[in-house]
Amino acid sequence: MDFVLSKEQKMARALFRDFAENEVKPLAEEVDETERFPEETVKKMGKLGMMGIYFPKKYGGAGADVLTYAMCVEELSKVCGTTGVIVSAHTSLCCAPIYEHGTEEQKMKYLPKLCSGEWIGAFGLTEPNAGTDASGQQTTAVLEGDHYVLNGNKIFITNAGYADVFVVFAMTDPKAGNHGISAFIVERNFPGFSVGKHEKKMGIKGSSTCELIMEDCIVPKENLLGQEGKGFKIAMMTLDGGRIGIASQALGLGEGAINEAIAYTKERVQFGKRISAFQNTQFQLADMHTKMQAAQYLVYAAAMKKQNHEPYSMDAAMAKLFAAEAASDVTRRAVQLFGGYGYTREYPVERMMRDAKITEIYEGTSEVQRMVISSHLGVK
Amino acid sequence: MATFENTKLEDFKGVWVFCEQRAGKLMPTDFELISEGRKLADELGVELCGLLLGDNVEGIAKELGGYGADKVLVCESPLLKDYTTDAYAKVICDVIMDKKPEIFLIGATNIGRDLGPRCAARLHTGLTADCTHLDVDVNKYIEFLKESSTLDLSAQKFNMEDRNLKMTRPAFGGHLMATIICPRFRPCMSTVRPGVMKKAPFDQAKADACVIEKPAFSLTEADCHTKVLEIVKATRELVDLTGADVVVSVGRGISKDVQKGIALAQELADVLGGVVGGSRATVDSGWLSADHQVGQTGKTVHPKIYIALGISGAIQHKAGMQDSECIIAVNKNGTAPIFEVADYGIEGDLFKVVPMLIEEFKAVKAAK
Amino acid sequence: MKAIVCVKQVPDTSGKVAVNPDGTLNRASMAAIINPDDKSALEAALTLKDATGCEVVVVTMGPPPAEGMLRELMAMGADRAVLISGREFGGSDTFATSQIIAAGIKKIGLDDDDVIFCGRQAIDGDTAQVGPQIAEKLEIPQISYVAGLEKKGNTLVCRRELEDGYMMVETQTPCLLTCLKEMNTPRYMTVSGIMECYDKPLEVYDYNALKDDPLIEADTIGLKGSPTNIFKSFTPPQKGVGMMMEGADKATCEKLAGILAAKHII
Repeated sequence: MDFVLSKEQKMARALFRDFAENEVKPLAEEVDETERFPEETVKKMGKLGMMGIYFPKKYGGAGADVLTYAMCVEELSKVCGTTGVIVSAHTSLCCAPIYEHGTEEQKMKYLPKLCSGEWIGAFGLTEPNAGTDASGQQTTAVLEGDHYVLNGNKIFITNAGYADVFVVFAMTDPKAGNHGISAFIVERNFPGFSVGKHEKKMGIKGSSTCELIMEDCIVPKENLLGQEGKGFKIAMMTLDGGRIGIASQALGLGEGAINEAIAYTKERVQFGKRISAFQNTQFQLADMHTKMQAAQYLVYAAAMKKQNHEPYSMDAAMAKLFAAEAASDVTRRAVQLFGGYGYTREYPVERMMRDAKITEIYEGTSEVQRMVISSHLGVK
Repeated sequence: MATFENTKLEDFKGVWVFCEQRAGKLMPTDFELISEGRKLADELGVELCGLLLGDNVEGIAKELGGYGADKVLVCESPLLKDYTTDAYAKVICDVIMDKKPEIFLIGATNIGRDLGPRCAARLHTGLTADCTHLDVDVNKYIEFLKESSTLDLSAQKFNMEDRNLKMTRPAFGGHLMATIICPRFRPCMSTVRPGVMKKAPFDQAKADACVIEKPAFSLTEADCHTKVLEIVKATRELVDLTGADVVVSVGRGISKDVQKGIALAQELADVLGGVVGGSRATVDSGWLSADHQVGQTGKTVHPKIYIALGISGAIQHKAGMQDSECIIAVNKNGTAPIFEVADYGIEGDLFKVVPMLIEEFKAVKAAK
Repeated sequence: MKAIVCVKQVPDTSGKVAVNPDGTLNRASMAAIINPDDKSALEAALTLKDATGCEVVVVTMGPPPAEGMLRELMAMGADRAVLISGREFGGSDTFATSQIIAAGIKKIGLDDDDVIFCGRQAIDGDTAQVGPQIAEKLEIPQISYVAGLEKKGNTLVCRRELEDGYMMVETQTPCLLTCLKEMNTPRYMTVSGIMECYDKPLEVYDYNALKDDPLIEADTIGLKGSPTNIFKSFTPPQKGVGMMMEGADKATCEKLAGILAAKHII
């Protein structure tokens, strides 16, 4: 097993760290406070190739690998969970299914603009009555001549308020269950498509989470992604990849909170000494770091397996399960180390704690991850 | 060049100072360097000579005598009115090759640091940048080391006959000091940090006695490859940090409320009749303009009172202020390195402490 | 047309600096970074490339690990790199260094419309000498302290900063500029730039590659060819610890004001 990053990966990490520190961190507090989507950051990231890291140059990607992408989300999330999930949802949930399941025409049409950050991507699977159980899709798609007509609502869609392209799932054959679901590439300006209510969330407040409304939405036939009836499979494969992104986000949040806690405990004096000198602080931080380091190995291993086209579904589930729970625990402990100040918005750890919670929920709750893992173990 | 054998050290005599003028006015560094050059010339028992280039500048030359110049060489030409590298370097190198000074000092201004290296490269000699201390006499150098170094001098051997110019300068942002010599070539050249050397008192009799000489030189338009289109003086009034008796400097500690931090520093400075300075961080962040910067890459100051507010005291900063007569530091972090050089330290939030200091200083002033 | 950018890898002196017991710098303990002013010089060259499509060549003198820095500069957009590296070059002062780099630039080839960009000065030595000395060795004009530039054909107009204002200076190419950090904000590397940078050409010029240039003589390069020598190096003493006031309240301030008044400091 090779634990050594390549020269390019090391250089890319330095870039992401530098960018996060100078461009993302200064906005993080304000983005959270005002629930503002940081559009200017997305433009900058597009220019630097961060919106299409692991896709080939032919499609406008940066030609790097999945691990480099994971490190990007990780480094961004160390300072701003919102920015981390913007990149993750865009890359894993929109660019990836188009790249992996699209026709050459679809790839050439959508990927260059997505990878350059000119367009932002999103993913529409969840419905009011189809959350964890994604098979209960109620959105329908009916083929009428050269186009499909889509009807239905999607909720909790990350990036929705600012996205230009959506990968949307709908029933083309309601009687066929999972095998009746198909995937479509839907553009924001297609007739009958609109973005509805904006959710008010506990964390990742700058990320735009909205409802999608399709009322007789006209989608050209050539925008069917993959074959009819293969939508559920595409959704599940996409979520496998997405879990690497969310696991990386959780990883970054936990690591970011540790960085803050180390800096703070070295400065804060109580009982006449720095609180870093207390063994409780030392042991807490040792445990916190160990957890996040373990999470990092799981995340990186899953990323490398995906890159090498090995089966990685269980690895991604384990990475997300562990990293998300570790991030929630570690950010909560960081707040505790800060004491009263940690509970105030003067310091970023309370924001990190709020941001971390969602990683246990979206793109498959921790319970779903356990279902995935146990089914791979053959435990029925 | 055949006749200019710069390794024949015995052919070279005299200490020269490049006297920079801008718009026909001498620069403060000229007087500092003439004063310092006087000491070196006396140690060597040679003549001290100013070198002044410009157009119609003869009239300002004699003032240099008042600070110790025996003679001023004046080179005048319309092509020398404003500084250009080519014209100045040609005239200076030609005159040096002809008259062969032993030591040539230049103020380390933006112009001096452009001119010095170009001349040294042409003359094939060494140049030491931004010197803060100069010695010829070995005993004086040993005295300097006793005060300014951590060297164990009993373990050091010195050749007491050594007549090389020993040029000391900070390196690595002031973490190290290095004394540089140029033993094999002449002239021995150095640019000297403005504000470091002390200006001697002006002596009118010496100024009157100063000899003006106009050496022959040739300079044509064809020698000049750059053209000054325009010179713009800063419209904003620049802060005179080096001349101020009191400097109140701010650092990263004001980041919580930059405007208020600067306003507090200004108020404190006003109470004491001083000016506001800043650390490199405040200038890099755009909170203060570059002329406010104290430190290795900014200005060296030695005011009577230096107050450091929210400045951690990076060595680069300390290099520019640690010779101040009285240093007062306010910082939240009790272990900040600034307290290592402070005469009086207060561990606390500057936003809370400074308003109280202003009140107390006002009260003291009022009582007098 | 080429933009040739001279860069230096330096120890990061902005953080903690470790000094060995013998008074020399403990370089191993410090991160090696691209000299900040040199990054601005590269940005100026890349801006010129964006406008004119010229080639950008980065050149450095240093030990073999300096390759890492050159790769980063190519990931930012430089087209190729030259690493001047050889034991014979070690110990060079600014005079000898400029002889060697000038010879390197001659080997790269200096055309009529080329511009050489240097940073104003390096943070390890702060001398600002190598740029002007390279210009002298190449017998081309120099403009130092550049804060802005405009190129029209072979004519260049630069804003040159002075302590009390600035001057606008015009010159012809080929010429050498030393750039201020204030001139621009250096761009980031890009991810695709990073993926390509190890495929871009990097040439190493050793002593043999440069030895036929008249600038390269035994007595003009390396320690032997350096007119200046280090006579002594030492660390300045720490000033004696002053007085730490107790507390940070009104009484503290009153006490301090009292002491200063009694000593006639205020």
